[in-house]
Amino acid sequence: MIPIHFEYYRPQTVRQAVETYIRLLQEKKKPLYYGGGSEIISMSRAGDIHPGAVIDIKEIPECMVFEEQNERLVIGAAVTLRQIRDSRMFPLLGTVSKHIADHTNQCRITLGGNLCGNIIYREMSSPLLLSDAQVLFFGPDGVRRALFTDAFQLRMLMNPGELLMQIHISKQYLKSPYRYIKKTANEKIDYPLMSIAALYDQKSWRVAFSGLCASPFRSLKIEEILNQRHLSPLQRAEMVSELVPGQALSDYRGSSQYRLFMLKNTLADMMEEWEHV
Amino acid sequence: MFEFTADKCLIELDVNGENKNAIVRPSDLLLDVLRNQFGLTGAKPGCKNGDCGSCTIIMDGWPVKSCLVLAVEAVGHTILTVEGLAGTSPVQKAFVDYHAFQCGYCTSGFLMVCHSLWMMKSDADEEEMEDWLQSNICRCTSYKEIRKAMESVLLQNPQKS
Ligand SMILES: Cc1cc2nc3c(=O)[nH]c(=O)nc-3n(C[C@H](O)[C@H](O)[C@H](O)COP(=O)(O)OP(=O)(O)OC[C@H]3O[C@@H](n4cnc5c(N)ncnc54)[C@H](O)[C@@H]3O)c2cc1C
Ligand code: FES
Ligand code: FES
Repeated sequence: MIPIHFEYYRPQTVRQAVETYIRLLQEKKKPLYYGGGSEIISMSRAGDIHPGAVIDIKEIPECMVFEEQNERLVIGAAVTLRQIRDSRMFPLLGTVSKHIADHTNQCRITLGGNLCGNIIYREMSSPLLLSDAQVLFFGPDGVRRALFTDAFQLRMLMNPGELLMQIHISKQYLKSPYRYIKKTANEKIDYPLMSIAALYDQKSWRVAFSGLCASPFRSLKIEEILNQRHLSPLQRAEMVSELVPGQALSDYRGSSQYRLFMLKNTLADMMEEWEHV
Repeated sequence: MFEFTADKCLIELDVNGENKNAIVRPSDLLLDVLRNQFGLTGAKPGCKNGDCGSCTIIMDGWPVKSCLVLAVEAVGHTILTVEGLAGTSPVQKAFVDYHAFQCGYCTSGFLMVCHSLWMMKSDADEEEMEDWLQSNICRCTSYKEIRKAMESVLLQNPQKS
């Protein structure tokens, strides 16, 4: 049972959603956009958040769209992880979806919810950081378009009242070679100790990390090292440990030293394998 | 726009092919409404946090954990609970044939995942089957028998056998 009362809205258009959000904000009702609801429900139940209203975006056509349009793949924010993995349209994104929570939860968790949620891993961001994705927000002033790498700085940067509406990915990246490794402490299904996503673009590998630091990241300095093929995989992996931008996480899943040790070994293994691409 | 602002409101849900009315708060969970208002106690409360799967039901064909769904969200969708299977699903027979339960607490959740898999992906391979089954926890560790039961149902697919 959720011990608090909140209002529930299910708008049919993005404009209606944003107008409702702004009105509720002015009424001091602490509204939240509602995707799959898994985080909102579990945090409300535990008393970690106290929304006064939720705005369910699952009937807004722009948030439900999932199709190729011209030269891009368009994914609405309310598309579920299950839909993304089943479609096989962007295999790297599908593979990451497959490793978040379990299959039944993937039938509810949405792309927008994963990217905008409070749980720090936000693993769906990694493929988007690597594929020059664009993000479309809808706010009081209408549509705002941004590069995903600019809009996602440690977390999704949104203006007040804005809703994440869609992600656009250029078709050129959809079928690029990729690698994905997720390491967990014990169980197959768990938050990551660390996950590494890699996408091959023409001549070099792009790499993003989740679970290693307090937020997912991509680092061009790290990629520069990883692509120096005249060095051995182990040499490169050792150099990367020095370049992690921020403190490696230390928690009950693993200490920061353990995460860095695992980073070195996992990267070395990954590079051994990708030398053949 | 569908909106629900009052403390309590009357909603109509399509459960097991019947329209049922319930008076709910917007923040009421589907699991609690199924059990407390409709007396459909097949969906079981376990972790209430999306981890164990004992509360699994089928919504529009796909499995969902009813502890992570608001009852109001289900308006306009079709809900199937274990009571709605009414002994007609081949997975129920297979669970009996393969002794796929001990205490039975997890069984309705597993049955709903298995029934949905059979309905939505009857050509599932072993990897996909394992992936779906991993959504649920059996405290009595009947995993091997559950898996065999599901395998036997998938093998009934003419394409596979
Ligand atoms: C059992 C379980 C295991 C998990 N394992 C992992 C894991 O391994 N890796 C991982 O990365 N995550 C994991 N998660 C976390 C999960 O991905 C997030 O909690 C995610 O937020 C859930 O998505 P949702 O659509 O249900 O979000 P919701 O609960 O609907 O929303 C979450 C937050 O995002 C905001 N929001 C949602 N959609 C939008 C939008 N379109 N625009 C603006 N704001 C929006 C909401 O206001 C809210 O603050 C797990 C969750 C569960 C329940
Ligand atoms: S009670 Fe719903 S998943 Fe455990
Ligand atoms: S049979 Fe007892 S929990 Fe599964």
